[in-house]
Amino acid sequence: MRARITFTKQGALRYTGHLDLHRLWERAMRRAELPITYSQGFRPQPKINLAAALPLGFSSRGEVLDVRLNEEIPVEDISKRLKDSLPPDIHVISVESVDERAPALQTQVLSAAYDVHLAEPVEGSELTRKVEELMMSESLPRERRGKTYDLRPLIEVLCVVTEDDGIIWLRMTLSARDGATGRPEEVLNVLGIEPEYTRVERTRLIFKE
Amino acid sequence: MLTPEQIETKLDRILLKVQKPGRYVGGELNSTVKDWDKVQTRVAFIFPDIYDIGISNVGIKILYDQVNQRDDSLAERAYAPWVDMETLMRKHGIPLYTLESKRPLACFDLIGFTLPYETLYTNTLNILDLAGIPVRSADRDETHPIIIAGGHSATNPEPMHAFIDAFTIGEGEEVIHDIINIVQTFKRSMFKRYDLLVALAKIPGVYVPQFYETTYLEDRTVAYTQPTIPEAPNIINKRIVGKLPPPPVKFIVPNIEVVHNRVSVEIMRGCTRGCRFCQAGMITRPVRERSVQEVVDAADQAVRATGFEELALMSLSSSDYTYVNELVDAISKRFEGRKLTVSLPSLRIESVSVDLMDKLKQHRSGGFTLAPEAASERMRRIINKFIPDEEIINTTRDIYSRGWKTIKLYFMIGHPSETIEDVQAIVDLCKRVIDEGRKAAGWKVKLNVGVSTFVPKPQTPFQWVSCDTRDSILEKQALLKRQLLKDKNIKLSWTKPEDTLLEAWLTRGDRRMAEVIYSAWKNGAKFDAWGNEAKIQDAWLPAFEEHGLDPAFYTHRQRRTDEVFPWEHITAAVRKNFLFQDFRQSLEGQIRVDCRLNCFACGILPTFANLRRENPGKGWKCPDVKSPVTVTTNQLPVISDQVPVVGD
Repeated sequence: MRARITFTKQGALRYTGHLDLHRLWERAMRRAELPITYSQGFRPQPKINLAAALPLGFSSRGEVLDVRLNEEIPVEDISKRLKDSLPPDIHVISVESVDERAPALQTQVLSAAYDVHLAEPVEGSELTRKVEELMMSESLPRERRGKTYDLRPLIEVLCVVTEDDGIIWLRMTLSARDGATGRPEEVLNVLGIEPEYTRVERTRLIFKE
Repeated sequence: MLTPEQIETKLDRILLKVQKPGRYVGGELNSTVKDWDKVQTRVAFIFPDIYDIGISNVGIKILYDQVNQRDDSLAERAYAPWVDMETLMRKHGIPLYTLESKRPLACFDLIGFTLPYETLYTNTLNILDLAGIPVRSADRDETHPIIIAGGHSATNPEPMHAFIDAFTIGEGEEVIHDIINIVQTFKRSMFKRYDLLVALAKIPGVYVPQFYETTYLEDRTVAYTQPTIPEAPNIINKRIVGKLPPPPVKFIVPNIEVVHNRVSVEIMRGCTRGCRFCQAGMITRPVRERSVQEVVDAADQAVRATGFEELALMSLSSSDYTYVNELVDAISKRFEGRKLTVSLPSLRIESVSVDLMDKLKQHRSGGFTLAPEAASERMRRIINKFIPDEEIINTTRDIYSRGWKTIKLYFMIGHPSETIEDVQAIVDLCKRVIDEGRKAAGWKVKLNVGVSTFVPKPQTPFQWVSCDTRDSILEKQALLKRQLLKDKNIKLSWTKPEDTLLEAWLTRGDRRMAEVIYSAWKNGAKFDAWGNEAKIQDAWLPAFEEHGLDPAFYTHRQRRTDEVFPWEHITAAVRKNFLFQDFRQSLEGQIRVDCRLNCFACGILPTFANLRRENPGKGWKCPDVKSPVTVTTNQLPVISDQVPVVGD
């Protein structure tokens, strides 16, 4: 069967990278005694696909993976078995059964939503002005690894949120298609905010229908 | 002192600037986080190298479990931060903290270092400094944690005597509880650190160096080391457990890649082989075995609790485990179809070992490792690891023909009385091994040759001999490289002479070495186990010079037979005269058989007669003890004036 797991990744696990996370899931499933399907060949690989790499340091409330299992197992059982097998900073939100023939998970990601919390207080009106200016602009040429690209079309949503107690933070949705991935730190740079003084959380991944 | 929250906030600002930040955040499955305020005693255990290496240390794991099983105590962990992290921690005023609660080390009652090898000494000083704890024992007061250390290096604790408050000699499973109990009693009320240390010094197997003094002879060798207070014993005998406690099963599963991702189950402790160069084989006696059932059950539980893909069945000599065949059968049966790699290290060089590995159905890609240690039969007699050449050839041919492509052979150079012919013999043997392999299995066969350099370790039969010189080591290594690397299918690795010498100075040092270690650390030495020739020149040699000490005095000097060693007051219960007799036998090329076949009265039984009596039967490999035996202390050997002729 093909199971789709949505999970959180927080706390210490913010510092576990993509490849290590892959390994972590493989071990968790071994502990949970879920019969993972392995690829054929000299070095069999577990058939686990993570939807989109989460940058190091970001937490997440909604990561998604697909895993292929050798047996049909009720999704509630998968969920229950994984509960006791995962490290403390990862929690399963949902498990669903997916059509075996559905396209690969990674090819279905459209965009990703983020909440950005600021460690240093900022002037709300000033930030709102900058955000508006950014959203009004036609293009935002940026350079990354020696290549220029336009950041503007990658930004789908960007807004300033003001809490009742006056605390201000940012919410954004950025494109996450293959070859067109917007990075929250690039947006923060344009806004004149040091990414070092922020805490970014991915809130969800948005997929093709 | 910073709170855990303050430390976490500071960490968030720096962690993305360092390599592998996952080393510094904890949160691993199977780590134990207890309520800080609900226990009386808090212990931090430290492996003084990076997380990637330290996380899989079994010794720390055993002690971590021992302490966390107590309701009144907690144990947490810390490792040495890598250089990039250390720089940022110092810059941002972050003291070294534990991974579980993110509390500064200075908040703990007790800090326990494991020192399995000597090249961790400068890291130990650095860690204390990074924790804001005075590096020298003499500068600590009632507000500081008690610093303890144990592990194989504690066999000669003297070079670290100025920095460690109390060493534990031997096995830690029981003594850790004795120490915690004492610390708890004292910390309940106003106490003097001095009184607490005196109480620790009274625990069997605990050495509190500040209560001892060393006197030197005119020739700068040790005259004697003796206690300065009546409560401290003259001789500190190691502690052992009569029966191995259940092995740890809830291994910590790191969230990042580390060196060894595996479950380790100790099948047997100690070794009866008596290889004369081997410190572990001398100081971990007596042999105590676990039952097959216990090993297999523990392995199963541990694999389930971790999801690890690899299981290591640990011992100093797997082939000597009485039920090795039964164990291998039981393991293959239990883990069939579970994608588990099983390693069974330190197999004897004989075809039976190949059968064992065959049964474990391992990937042939991993290579098959054997350690002849010396290549000429003469040399193998001297080191007491006798195997006829033909046995090596037959076994390796068998390995190749059964499908392994790669064999790894480990040798040592610099053995006592070694000549260039003995080194040439390594070349000749390796060529024969690969030639025979080609005849049996074709041109694809590969041979990896690892050649380390012998260091005469304390508490071994070779403790009297001198180290090989740098020039001689280089000459021998040049010969190996010149001749072995001609063959494209032979790979050679070796130890740099500088690394060997550093290990030798530190393992053979006396109390005066402490100042050298301190100065070398001040000069920038750390991570000495990682090899760095420049550090010898820039940090270590100037440190020796600063304190008017000659490195060659420690390493390139034949010991008189009546010389008092710096570690004379510490004993692993193997008597000095036993070691000396064994040394004399080596000079005559006499081998000593496995002591399961014939007890040579090494000293273990008289020292631990009561423990043996309480644990009769097959668990121990020493003869049973029936009548009460009077315990003899470590007697000085009766020695002639004749100086041994080897090792110059």
